[in-house]
Amino acid sequence: MIEIAKLTIDKVRRGLAAREFSAEELASEALAHAERENPKTNAYLHFCPERALAAARRADEKLSRGEDPGPLGGVPVAVKDVILTRGVRSTCGSKLLRNYIPPYDATAVARLEQAGGVILGKANCDEFAMGSSTENSAFGPVRNPVDPERVPGGSSGGSAAVVAQGTAVLALGSDTGGSIRQPAAFCGVVGVTPTYGRVSRYGLVAFASSLDHIGPFARTVADAASLLGAIAGRDPMDSTSAFAPVPDYAGMLDGPVRGLKAGLPKEYFAGLESESGDLIHRGVEVLKQLGVEVREISLPATDYAIPCYYIICTAEASSNLARYDGVRYTTRAAASETLIDMYRDTRGEGFGAECKRRIMLGTYVLSAGYYDAYYLKAQKVRTLIARDFAQAFGDVDAIVTPVSPFPAFRLGEKLDDPLQMYLSDIYTITGDLAGIPCMSVPCGKTAAGLPVGMQILTNHFQEPTMFQLAAAFERAGGFEVS
Amino acid sequence: MKITEQEVRYVADLANLRLSAAEVARMTGELEAILSHMDKLNELDTMGVPPMSQVLYEAEETATLRADAPRPTLANADAMLNAPNAGAGFFKVPKVIER
Repeated sequence: MIEIAKLTIDKVRRGLAAREFSAEELASEALAHAERENPKTNAYLHFCPERALAAARRADEKLSRGEDPGPLGGVPVAVKDVILTRGVRSTCGSKLLRNYIPPYDATAVARLEQAGGVILGKANCDEFAMGSSTENSAFGPVRNPVDPERVPGGSSGGSAAVVAQGTAVLALGSDTGGSIRQPAAFCGVVGVTPTYGRVSRYGLVAFASSLDHIGPFARTVADAASLLGAIAGRDPMDSTSAFAPVPDYAGMLDGPVRGLKAGLPKEYFAGLESESGDLIHRGVEVLKQLGVEVREISLPATDYAIPCYYIICTAEASSNLARYDGVRYTTRAAASETLIDMYRDTRGEGFGAECKRRIMLGTYVLSAGYYDAYYLKAQKVRTLIARDFAQAFGDVDAIVTPVSPFPAFRLGEKLDDPLQMYLSDIYTITGDLAGIPCMSVPCGKTAAGLPVGMQILTNHFQEPTMFQLAAAFERAGGFEVS
Repeated sequence: MKITEQEVRYVADLANLRLSAAEVARMTGELEAILSHMDKLNELDTMGVPPMSQVLYEAEETATLRADAPRPTLANADAMLNAPNAGAGFFKVPKVIER
């Protein structure tokens, strides 16, 4: 028996090297373990055992020839269902795509497998990644492994839950306004949103293209850094992917943090629930003990981030979701007699309430007479938000904030009030708007045992500094502050 | 700002979205609340501020152009694989031209 739930990349590597288990044995046990545990959370939508075992056998063949199976050799991974996997159903959490079998792999998926990773299955999420609780999945909500009465966060709730539950070692998620960091915080794991363009989005089903990112979930900073290193880099299939060379993130984790300057933006601590706030402040104390110079800073445009974000993301979503029309790859409404009725019936029957709301908002803000007042205005405010960060990074190396104003809430608690759900994204959307790297690391638990996440943000392409701070924080026991 | 049910139906038509009467009623209230919150942006003076229409772009203008050479594309059979209704290599839709 392999203790699947506690594996790390390093434990897998050492186990394979010492012949304690083969990659195929690990994959079979991990699949059996995940299938057994999954009903508790509904975190996986479906498994892909054939693909997993084939990848594991490739790792075993390399090992038997004395070759390196790759930085992720044999490591069990889950992939959010908005990221396409060739031949493996990819539903995006939507009824419209419940039968969709992609004819190609996302670049991140292909790179993950080239690095030796073993994909066990697809992780549940909010429909088309729209939501903050994973309650918007057409295939039922995900339950938080820490407390099944609570949400795991969203939209990558399934990806966070499998890593927290121990039914995968790593997971890929996507983040448009906090969809990696907020569920990572709610479930008590590490979640990373890299610099915009750092990871190719080819094969990531588009939600809001100027904000969408793919990024890793893991239980340790080192594992998250290794996964990002494996999937990052220029891709000719995504013209927004960055040319900048990819540093060896995992090899740089021991870099010194003494003397680094971290800013605490005062705007991020005002509306914070007190128990979470206390834990974040204790986390900041850990950074100070490590020799990090902490100072208060100001990001004055923060108050405008929510309206700015929800105008831009809904406008882009309404355009991106126009393709689901019942013609090429979605289910189709059966009885429509004309083409236009077929479009309308298919979309009316197929989209869930949150997607409809965002399509409506986006269509409204882009419609004749409103474009300047909403979309153009929001893009200008986005410039101001990005300038705030650029100015702050003239003075500090990193910014430290809470991830969410409160820990995981109960299922159903915010579902009937979309505006309240949107307002909960306040601390995470700014990083996406500015396009900078940001991550959530565990920072203790509330008295009720609910995990709290601390966010670390750095300037564009400064992932190494972000990871170094996170790794030093982890080594110093920051994940378990109390 | 006051959103009317008539506006909601107009926008739903633009978006090719069939909404039930109950959905129109609920959406009217929700859009009203959310759009009122969005009006907060008007507090900010953005005169002279350029819109952020490009997130990050550090390379030469033509860096993303590929060589103009033929290469294999998705095979027709693969492209048709998920079609709800296909035939003879085409997507079938309800009749759009009256004879």
